[in-house]
Amino acid sequence: MVQSIFKRILQTLIVLFGVALLIFLLLRIVPGNAIVTMMGEHADADTIARMTSELGLDQPIYVQFWKYISGAVRGDFGTSYAVGKSVSSLMAAAFPHTLILALAAAVFAWILGIICGVIAAVKKNGFLDHLFMGVSLIGVSLPVFMAAMVLQYLLAYKLHWFPISGVDSWKGYVLPAIALGWNSAGSIARLTRSTLLEVLQEDYIDTARAKGLRRFGVITRHALKNAMLPVITMMAVQLSSLLSGAVICETVFSVNGLGRLAVQAISGRDIPLLEGTVLFSTALVILGNLIADCLYTVLDPRIRKGA
Amino acid sequence: MKFKNREKEISDAHEARLESELGEVETFGGSLRRMCRENRLALVSAIIIGLFILAAVFAPLLTPYTYEEQDVLSRLAAPSWKHIFGTDEAGRDVFTRMLYGSRVSLMVGLVPTAVSMLFGAALGIIAGYVGGRTDSVIMRVADVMLAFPSMLLAMVIMYTLGEGIINIFIALALVNWASVARIVRAETLKLRETEYVESARVSGVRRGRVMLRHIFPNCIPDIIVLFTLNIPSAILSESSLSFLGIGIRPPQASWGLMVNVGRQYLYTQPWLSLIPGAAIMIIVLAFNFLGDGLRDVLDPHLKNQ
Amino acid sequence: MENEILRIRDLHTSFFTRNGEVKAVNGVSLDVPPASVVGIVGESGCGKSMTARSIMGLVKYPGRVAGGSIELCSRELVGLSDREMCRLRGDEMSMIFQEPMTSLNPVVPVGKQVEEAVLLHRKVSRAEARSEALRMFERVGIPEPEKRLRAYPHELSGGLRQRVMIAMAMVCRPKLLIADEPTTALDVTVQAQILKLMRELRDETGMSIILISHDLGVIAELCDFVYVMYAGRIVEQAEVCELFDNPMHPYTRGLLRSVSALERGGERLDTIPGVVPNLLRLPAGCAFSLRCGECKDDCAARLPELVSVGGTHLVRCHLAGGGSDGR
Repeated sequence: MVQSIFKRILQTLIVLFGVALLIFLLLRIVPGNAIVTMMGEHADADTIARMTSELGLDQPIYVQFWKYISGAVRGDFGTSYAVGKSVSSLMAAAFPHTLILALAAAVFAWILGIICGVIAAVKKNGFLDHLFMGVSLIGVSLPVFMAAMVLQYLLAYKLHWFPISGVDSWKGYVLPAIALGWNSAGSIARLTRSTLLEVLQEDYIDTARAKGLRRFGVITRHALKNAMLPVITMMAVQLSSLLSGAVICETVFSVNGLGRLAVQAISGRDIPLLEGTVLFSTALVILGNLIADCLYTVLDPRIRKGA
Repeated sequence: MKFKNREKEISDAHEARLESELGEVETFGGSLRRMCRENRLALVSAIIIGLFILAAVFAPLLTPYTYEEQDVLSRLAAPSWKHIFGTDEAGRDVFTRMLYGSRVSLMVGLVPTAVSMLFGAALGIIAGYVGGRTDSVIMRVADVMLAFPSMLLAMVIMYTLGEGIINIFIALALVNWASVARIVRAETLKLRETEYVESARVSGVRRGRVMLRHIFPNCIPDIIVLFTLNIPSAILSESSLSFLGIGIRPPQASWGLMVNVGRQYLYTQPWLSLIPGAAIMIIVLAFNFLGDGLRDVLDPHLKNQ
Repeated sequence: MENEILRIRDLHTSFFTRNGEVKAVNGVSLDVPPASVVGIVGESGCGKSMTARSIMGLVKYPGRVAGGSIELCSRELVGLSDREMCRLRGDEMSMIFQEPMTSLNPVVPVGKQVEEAVLLHRKVSRAEARSEALRMFERVGIPEPEKRLRAYPHELSGGLRQRVMIAMAMVCRPKLLIADEPTTALDVTVQAQILKLMRELRDETGMSIILISHDLGVIAELCDFVYVMYAGRIVEQAEVCELFDNPMHPYTRGLLRSVSALERGGERLDTIPGVVPNLLRLPAGCAFSLRCGECKDDCAARLPELVSVGGTHLVRCHLAGGGSDGR
């Protein structure tokens, strides 16, 4: 098992390298001079030349790439063109917001999703089943920005239960977390339901019933343990979409997280900032997936002990 | 075990149709017809999608206005007989912009998805069939693409390519091909082991021909299902990008863009955001239902992907 | 016949589907005396598993017990609440299933699964439950039992898994053990060991066993009394020697013929032509009439009753003298 974890870490590093490479290629091969865009058309040739050499953009590509990679590994992503501060300091300030938001959304999604999925499976074809599955379908189809806007309008503007924007207190995280997690909750509910239904058809469920276990015990002690395995895999996959959605939620609710930073980087044509935020966010997702992978290996005894 | 399966069948009695189990293999047209018969939701969805397509194609006929036409005197007007959905902040007729926006959404749903399907399927089949180093390389690249949160990758590509609807197509196609490739590769690996393909290989058929003539046709049902299921995510991606101001720009019409612009007026003229938002939801739901329905008739095994 | 372990009278278990009522168990009556092994034999789909599940109360929706009575030690089971049935299951009566491969929870150690059976019905501590499980493991012949307690199902062979199932079923000393095709999924050599184990346990504890199988060899090996089922009804019942020496029903004869052909060797296998009928569309008379080689015109129209042809040997067939007497 240790060997497979090692192999997985190696693969992860390769992917991480590929990600960094791709970002670098895409952003530095932009046609048109970034400096010109940044400074406007009125900048004279001398200033452009000076800025170019200052920012190291006149050096050969591979040198630039080496500086980029070695910097990234150390945590130095350069200096933001627009703001002038170091990218890593900007990200360090933004990262906690995104992290809290993503975690809150994930917890919300998982709890809501699993509970709804279990109830829907147990009450199969009943009213609750159709209700939950219908709502979860809407959850999966609702664009994040719509959910965010509707929540903002109803619960913040009309009812004043939560702040319209900003995260000064914990309350500021609630609405964006719900908007962000809503999507995931829908997928999790559907997967939990279908997996649980499949598991309930298995023979060992009959055995458990034949022992005299009550229905509730059968579900909690036998069915769920098996049904949760694919759901955990899905939760890992959702880390990626959570971060994608965070970009939008942070914009709607004016949360100063990594997503918002990325959007600002684009409109400000700020290459180092964009590079840094995208690379860092992707690295987080990759790390999260790796942890989830290892977790799955540990939890399933068939894999742990080599079936 | 055959015995136990048979008993289970009788026990699992809403399928007490022992006879239909011994039926013939279904044709594609037959599958479609069966879906229409059994799955009313999918049928309704298909009809709704058809209506949207008609509205998009015949947009100029359905409205007297153009999407750019500004009537500054009646900015932000509420829905009325003159403007069925009201007007936006520049006096443009919202209904008209909805119709033209549907063109964008449908195009964005169909074109990049189709491209990523073909591209991804081709790479997936090659990777799965040829194996070895080619497989590793293709899959590593796919892993890298899949590692990105889709929104961030799309943003970076849009930044590189610049604005414009063609660039959006390219961006979305690039974001989506990798997951298609993975699924098709898995399918190819399974198909490669069948006797059908084995015998073709053994009789000396060239690799390319085997892939094209034997493996690809068997992947088509899966590809169709994936296609239908990926359209909603393409539509959502474009509307999200336009929402953030990175996708379609005014004066062109896109539902996502309209939602974004309408944000400022959310409290006073909510319909500006809600109508395009609702339209996005409806079409996404419709494609999801249709995709589910197709998957149920064509290949229920895809459920686990 | 007052002190039977199990007494079933006119049991009806049906599935209520969109297409109609599927009568899986169609008027079955049987007795299980104490310390005996009763066999139920028949093809797949004849209702033997359904009968077992009806006894245990494990019939899945949309099926349910639609009528009749099941008495376990004179206690009526039909109509009991699920809670009360849960108290009996695993304790007074238990069941083992066909596929040991899939009948154990793959993510829980097997020892824990057996402990669970103890803890459900006895007020003991965890440690005591574990030692009970260990004792049971030793009794059913699992080598290195302490180590095996912590094993997961996929780490054990088919035979060992079935022993675990038996341990789990026996750990609370039930009065009735229902074994649904317990050896079908096992190798022939392992089969013999398991059957021997079951016989020993029966001799030791005095419990009764209902053995369900389509394999006549297994039935012959272990049973005292046999019921032959077809399409939801009992078509013949007799003591085991009597049944093998003197089969009266054409179906039973067909079954025996197809087995003995293997022993005679070199001859074509005698099969019973046709397939099990669709339970939605049974003929009004004898269900076997469609495949019966000796069928008369009357057979499909009039349902024969179970009639005695000597002692405890009963047959449901017009040709064997099925009048209108019933039992």
